[in-house]
Amino acid sequence: MNNALKTFTNGLLKENPTFVLVLGMCPTLATTTSAINGMSMGLATLFVLVCSNVVISLLKNLIPDKVRIPAFIVVIATFVTMVQLVMQAYLPGIYDVLGLFIPLIVVNCIVLGRAEAFAAKNSVGLSALDGLGMGLGFTLALTVLGAIRELLGGGTIFGLNIFPDNYGALIFVLAPGAFICLAFLMALINAKDENRRLWTNFVAVFIDRFADFKGRADRSEYWLFVLANLIICLFLGILAAVCPLVALCISGLYLLAMLVPSIALGVRRLHDINKSGWWMLLSFIPVAGNILLLVWACLPSVDENNRYGA
Amino acid sequence: MVYFLIFISAIFVNNIVLSQFLGICPFLGVSKKIDTALGMGAAVTFVLTLATVVTYLLQKLLILWHIEFLQTILFILVIAALVQMIEIILKKISPSLYEALGVFLPLITTNCCILGVAILVANGTNKLPVGADHNLLTGMLFAFATAIGFALALVIFAGMREQLGMNKVPKAMQGTPIALLTAGLLAMAFMGFSGVV
Repeated sequence: MNNALKTFTNGLLKENPTFVLVLGMCPTLATTTSAINGMSMGLATLFVLVCSNVVISLLKNLIPDKVRIPAFIVVIATFVTMVQLVMQAYLPGIYDVLGLFIPLIVVNCIVLGRAEAFAAKNSVGLSALDGLGMGLGFTLALTVLGAIRELLGGGTIFGLNIFPDNYGALIFVLAPGAFICLAFLMALINAKDENRRLWTNFVAVFIDRFADFKGRADRSEYWLFVLANLIICLFLGILAAVCPLVALCISGLYLLAMLVPSIALGVRRLHDINKSGWWMLLSFIPVAGNILLLVWACLPSVDENNRYGA
Repeated sequence: MVYFLIFISAIFVNNIVLSQFLGICPFLGVSKKIDTALGMGAAVTFVLTLATVVTYLLQKLLILWHIEFLQTILFILVIAALVQMIEIILKKISPSLYEALGVFLPLITTNCCILGVAILVANGTNKLPVGADHNLLTGMLFAFATAIGFALALVIFAGMREQLGMNKVPKAMQGTPIALLTAGLLAMAFMGFSGVV
């Protein structure tokens, strides 16, 4: 049971075919012009993966070793033809969009790779779970990449308008945008230590130092909090375009919650550059006050042991 | 004249890697040094031209016998067999060329650009300049030019990656992310050719 769960989650996170194994790049880059397209491609590949894994695992003892690659290819090609015909008949819109990349599932490195590496050596149940995990990981990656490209390129997600007037940069739905988006997405996901640090810092500032107006906060603590805040506000913004009322409530609560910690963080940053916390009141001056506070927030720490502590 | 335009169109305007997204896996995997890139490019040129001609004729047979739905299965089997055959014949006829192409020949079977271009040409859906009809000659020239375009993109990319290897890259971007970003900028550069043909 434990083994089964491990096999399933392997393809989702630890050995995600797109972000970790870097397999199946052609459909990843070509079909993610929108979230729906990416998801459809992922689901088609998922079907082929699971079916071919199961059949190859069933036949693994009957196929001679010398002809195993051609035999695997025949099995995979059969299921791809099935997917092709079904999509052509029942989903003609998606079939036209995905076009050439449906028959190209045959040479998708993920499918042949999992058949060779896993299905040919493991039981039917585990092979099916492996196919399911890998397929879901692939679908997830494609959907996320498609959503980002769709949002940045045309201001919509899954067809819902997020940016008014469909404001967007066309480059992201064209060829170069695919490469660039995937590059940054992969870098973001692989920067595990930085990601963990970002969110532990946020939790520390929000919970541990909720009303700490006495200590110090160095630059990294301050600006990592700003970044985490920004990311949360981005998601709230997208939510606001989808269901405004819910987003309004959550945003209101979030604002209330962040009020005290934000001010406390600002005060602590001022302490760090050896200024009194009362300088925070500068933010009431319309433009100049806030610019000055911004500049101060970028200054390095001053004095190891000033009056506010270490 | 139109044959020259086919070359321009397939190599620059609709470059197989940078605008059609076929052949990305070898593009990212084999392009770390210029000589391996050249080797892969040569192997792909060889196989792609032959495979396109064979599958084009096979498609005519499939249409004759009303079994078009078997296109995917038969094409991939034919390509796999063809690659195997090319390997054997090349080993016999020209051992030096065989040595030069080395390990890339078996890798080409799962190269999506071979199957992709074969299907495009067989179905007559490949992008040809205005004034060119879809027949065996234009198909063959298209395949040859496409492979040259693949080799060109691969060699340029390999050169850029060799340079990149000598620079400091942020930890999270090291490896595939920076390669993808470079490919994106290269794709942007090639976008400048759109509208030429």
